[in-house]
Amino acid sequence: MNYLFYISSIVAIAATVMVITRHQPVHALLYLVVSFLGVAMIFLSLGAPFVATLEIILYAGAIIVLFIFVVMMLNLGRESAIQERQWMQPKTWIGPSILTAILLGELLVLLTMGGSAPMPQQTVDLKKIPLSLYGEYVIAVELTGFLLMAGIVGAAHIGRHKKKYLHRFLKQEEEAV
Amino acid sequence: MFSHIRTIWLTFLHLFKRHVTIQYPEEKIKLRPRWRGRIVLTKDPDGGERCVGCYLCAVACPVDCIALQATEDENGRRYPEFFRINFSRCIFCGYCEDACPTYAIQLIPDFEMAEYNRQNLVFEKEDLLINSQGKYPGYNFYKVAGMNAGVKEKGEGENEDAPVDIHSLMP
Amino acid sequence: MQHVWIVLGVLFVLLNIAAGLIWVERRMLAMWQDRLGPNRAGPLGILIVLADTLKLFFKEDWIPPFADKWVFIVAPAVVVGSVLMSFVIIPFTPQIIVSDLNVGILFFLAMSSLGVYSIVLGGWASNNKYSLLGAMRGASQMIAYEVFMGLSLMGVVMLTGSFKLGDIVNAQKDMWFVVKQPLGLILFFIAGIAETHRLPFDIPEAESELVAGYHSEYSGMKFGMFFIGEYLGITLISAVTVAMFFGGWLGWSFLPPWAWFFLKTFVFILFFILLRASLPRPRYDQLMETGWKILLPLALANLMITGAVALLVRG
Repeated sequence: MNYLFYISSIVAIAATVMVITRHQPVHALLYLVVSFLGVAMIFLSLGAPFVATLEIILYAGAIIVLFIFVVMMLNLGRESAIQERQWMQPKTWIGPSILTAILLGELLVLLTMGGSAPMPQQTVDLKKIPLSLYGEYVIAVELTGFLLMAGIVGAAHIGRHKKKYLHRFLKQEEEAV
Repeated sequence: MFSHIRTIWLTFLHLFKRHVTIQYPEEKIKLRPRWRGRIVLTKDPDGGERCVGCYLCAVACPVDCIALQATEDENGRRYPEFFRINFSRCIFCGYCEDACPTYAIQLIPDFEMAEYNRQNLVFEKEDLLINSQGKYPGYNFYKVAGMNAGVKEKGEGENEDAPVDIHSLMP
Repeated sequence: MQHVWIVLGVLFVLLNIAAGLIWVERRMLAMWQDRLGPNRAGPLGILIVLADTLKLFFKEDWIPPFADKWVFIVAPAVVVGSVLMSFVIIPFTPQIIVSDLNVGILFFLAMSSLGVYSIVLGGWASNNKYSLLGAMRGASQMIAYEVFMGLSLMGVVMLTGSFKLGDIVNAQKDMWFVVKQPLGLILFFIAGIAETHRLPFDIPEAESELVAGYHSEYSGMKFGMFFIGEYLGITLISAVTVAMFFGGWLGWSFLPPWAWFFLKTFVFILFFILLRASLPRPRYDQLMETGWKILLPLALANLMITGAVALLVRG
């Protein structure tokens, strides 16, 4: 099981690096999907199949599809890829990468210093998840619900057709009446 | 919603209906005698060509697929020197048959004319001419026509009076 | 070792079913339209399958120069891959099941949601207006119908208390869930038609409007993959319907369990074809409106009532 965990982690990290370095937005999104699948696999190897499937259904199956949908509608062609390439000069990415590399080094040091604890290999029972969601974390769930509700209301408000657009002849008729 | 279910049910019932397909090469469709198919040139009962080369069919043809050249034999009987129908253009409308004054050109119930080579669809006179009277048996144009073209003497045709002697002024 | 045999056997049977459905669909469609259908090659024309497959293999495998090459190649593989992955959780008999995951139905939903990518990527990579329109339609249709596809199945899950398909089938020993969850069945089946984008919901393809929709530019075996993916999708939805609502392998003992499963599945496959023969295609906006405004609330109501009744009964 440990090997599965490491393989999927490497796949996820490699895919994420590819997401950052791709110039074509759709390719980047595809690598993002692969990254999500890798993360789902990590969850599965840690004994959380429910979270793994939800990761695929929600993130890979719905949200990234919407992203791709929007990118498709924007019709970003070769020009935007060239523009992206111009933006990705070494001077823009070298600073953040050095900082991140320092953090990564710290992480590696910490990981090697701390003794090796065995990976928890215990499958989470499906019934435990709703019980903890609606028992222990009920306030968090409700607050998230509020947040989503606000988002939906906002979207509905933006999407509402307030004005009635009439043809000018019909408008004249309406004004005459 | 109910109408959808009804549609599905009615379509399902079609499973038990007779199919309308005719399995063509084995099973042929029955064609009526007036079916407009391949164009032929017929002959009169004596075996002479009916066509008199009047060009009316070529004029009537809406797609200009008929080409012919009229000529005369030593008796003064007109006949086509060549007669060419381009079946890759023909639309089988039957206007040529309507236009023909001598029942020479006729459409017969035959449609199996598929060809690999387009040039093979251009039919010459020897391809068109058949040894038959077609739909009008017994009709002979030169027997009822006024002129003498080697078929009969003037005035000896069917329903034809003897020629008037124009030198006599008697009524 | 037994696992390998089961996987290979299931794969073999499924691919043969998908190929055989070419013939079944064309014959049955013809029957319902008072025609004969393909009847020349072999007995009753069954060798049309062979002829069609050979034809697909020998066609030119054309990648348009304006297409995005790699995405163009990946897209048809995604559809077949995701559908075949879904079959992992289908219990053909108590023994013949690749893996009875404890998140069974969720896994099925996850894989079918990945199937959207084939349409979206295929349409986008073709770099063709009609393909793109098809892809857009496909994406929005499948996202919309996926939502209540999951919700419509949750009623059954509530009654069983398990996501495992094996448990769900076993819970139907006394009574099939079609009796307790008729609305769930109808909703799931409608969503299933939309998910496999079969007629009457073939809006992403819509020959009369969009040439062939998202796979306009595909030819040869790449098109064949879309083709097989569609037939496998039909089989999958039928199999899931049977397992969830019609008692899976359960049946009288004069036939073995696998025969019952295939018999029931086949009835639903035929129903898919019957729908194709009878119903016209709705307009795109009508489809979306029905999905979001009628079927989704219905699914939620079904869920609520089922939950309430289940709570009442259990006390």
